[in-house]
Amino acid sequence: MPDTILVVVEQREGKLNRVSWETVTAGQAIAAATGWALEAAVVGSGVNSIASEVAGKKVAKVYDIESPKLEPYTPDAFAAGLKQFLESLQPKLVLMPHTYQVRDFVPKLATAMGRTVISDCIGFKHEGGKAVFTRQMFQGKLAADVSFSSDAPWFATFQNGAFRGDKAEAGAAAAPVETVNVEIPDGVIRNKPQEVFKEAKQAVDLTQAEIIVAVGRGIKEQKNIEIAKNLADALGGDLAASRPICDSGWLPMDRQIGSSGQTVAPKLYLALGISGAIQHIVGMKGSRAIIAVNKDSEAPIFEIADYAVVGNLFDIVPPLIEEVKKAKAGSN
Amino acid sequence: MYGETLLKILVCMKQVPQKDAPLKLNESGTWIREDVSYEVNEPDAYALEEALRQREKHKGEVVVITSGPARAQQVLREALAKGADRAIHLEDDKFVGLDAFNTAKAIAAAIKDEQFDLIFTGLQSDDYGYAQTGVILAELMGWPHATIIMQIEKTDGGIRVKRELEAGYFQFVDMPTPAVLTIQSGINKLRYATLIGIKQAKNKPLRKVPLGEVQAGLGDNLQKIEKLYVPQKTKKTEHIDGPPGEIAKKLVDKLRNELRVL
Repeated sequence: MPDTILVVVEQREGKLNRVSWETVTAGQAIAAATGWALEAAVVGSGVNSIASEVAGKKVAKVYDIESPKLEPYTPDAFAAGLKQFLESLQPKLVLMPHTYQVRDFVPKLATAMGRTVISDCIGFKHEGGKAVFTRQMFQGKLAADVSFSSDAPWFATFQNGAFRGDKAEAGAAAAPVETVNVEIPDGVIRNKPQEVFKEAKQAVDLTQAEIIVAVGRGIKEQKNIEIAKNLADALGGDLAASRPICDSGWLPMDRQIGSSGQTVAPKLYLALGISGAIQHIVGMKGSRAIIAVNKDSEAPIFEIADYAVVGNLFDIVPPLIEEVKKAKAGSN
Repeated sequence: MYGETLLKILVCMKQVPQKDAPLKLNESGTWIREDVSYEVNEPDAYALEEALRQREKHKGEVVVITSGPARAQQVLREALAKGADRAIHLEDDKFVGLDAFNTAKAIAAAIKDEQFDLIFTGLQSDDYGYAQTGVILAELMGWPHATIIMQIEKTDGGIRVKRELEAGYFQFVDMPTPAVLTIQSGINKLRYATLIGIKQAKNKPLRKVPLGEVQAGLGDNLQKIEKLYVPQKTKKTEHIDGPPGEIAKKLVDKLRNELRVL
């Protein structure tokens, strides 16, 4: 039997999480580099239609791993069900998206199997027969190439946006789907999850904004938010923030950009005093143009900026507001 | 004690390089040079604060633990000054190089004679960023866990926690104790240490656990950092320099003529 890569797609309440296509693309790229076979799996209760949807992609086979105890999601049931399945399939490599749900169960699953997870990867290399995964360290200031020193199965999760979901290749014909019923004994599940809910109706939808002015820790005090607000107003854009600003209550949570907030892709993203922690970057790196102002020339935000201004935002923003106003007045 | 629940909480804390500290690679290119400034991992500070608040509500004890070289003791001292009752320090330079699996094993070994109701960790660290140690620890202890927690209420049979999901969604989960919870930044407002607290901290117990005491339970790392490096830029970045007024003019020119948003 050749070595197998297994992509476990994510479903929530019976719907495929689109980020799973990125993991399929990653699996296809790794299969091409290594010559390993590629299969996929979906875990849940009554999720056969999702298995069929994934079977349309270029994969050798899709497993529909079923148990009534897999709905609603709990880490206990997902780890137990997948462990049972993986012990019989014996894949070389198991890939998943680095979502909040995967973070919740995959370290438990790997530990239960005496294995490890290289989490939040952004790339893969096959160097001299060795599988090497690239991940960010120190909030993106450095990168690391990491390899497995344990036996298979190896677990790796990929960061949102590391691969392009729309590049997942379709198969010539639909791949076969095999239903696998797993037994999850009574007493395994200890958590009782309630309904998923949204805190309040999202008042601000930043996903449609064309211009976003976002502030981070560099703004220093709540009263300084006004400066950024004035720039946003002058540009006709929306004000947003990184997580620490919302944690401090300086701006409401619904203006937060990043993995726990909104994901945006405006024409212009102007980052003021934002260092560029990974959790923020994943929410805005799709922006068409990024201007970053930060006093720390090594801030990771500059890695993805189109225009970099190394300097004090309190010196730069006031004249910028004036120039923007002048330009707008001139063009009317 | 009648009418009171006593909660014994362990908080796992980590010392990480300061957010804006310039990092230099060591000679072998496998780790950073140690001569940087350090601070407490931010989500761990929220985990400590939550433990202190739970103790204020339910009485009990808050114990803090860290693993790392002598410098990491600073994190424990600060926690004791903020109100933690005692501290455990897995002290050795080698703890820095352990993967999440072995770090969790070392913590489990260091607390094997304790009876905690809850273990809190920050949801991830600002250095490795694996977001795994808490969940691995739960599995090693045979306890349930919940991740990215924004609220904790004691209930009759255990606890009710509020999990943060992605894109603004949340979920309440009822679970028994003992349990491990990974805490999200922003769950509460952090307190500062008081002068009295700092003074009192000096007399609070701090137990040092040398590597030798837990080594028997540790194995080889299951994953290995082959190489640490400055990431290659994938984007061409144009630097805008000059005095502020000039920078403003240049930026407006870009906004108008290149980005066409003005």
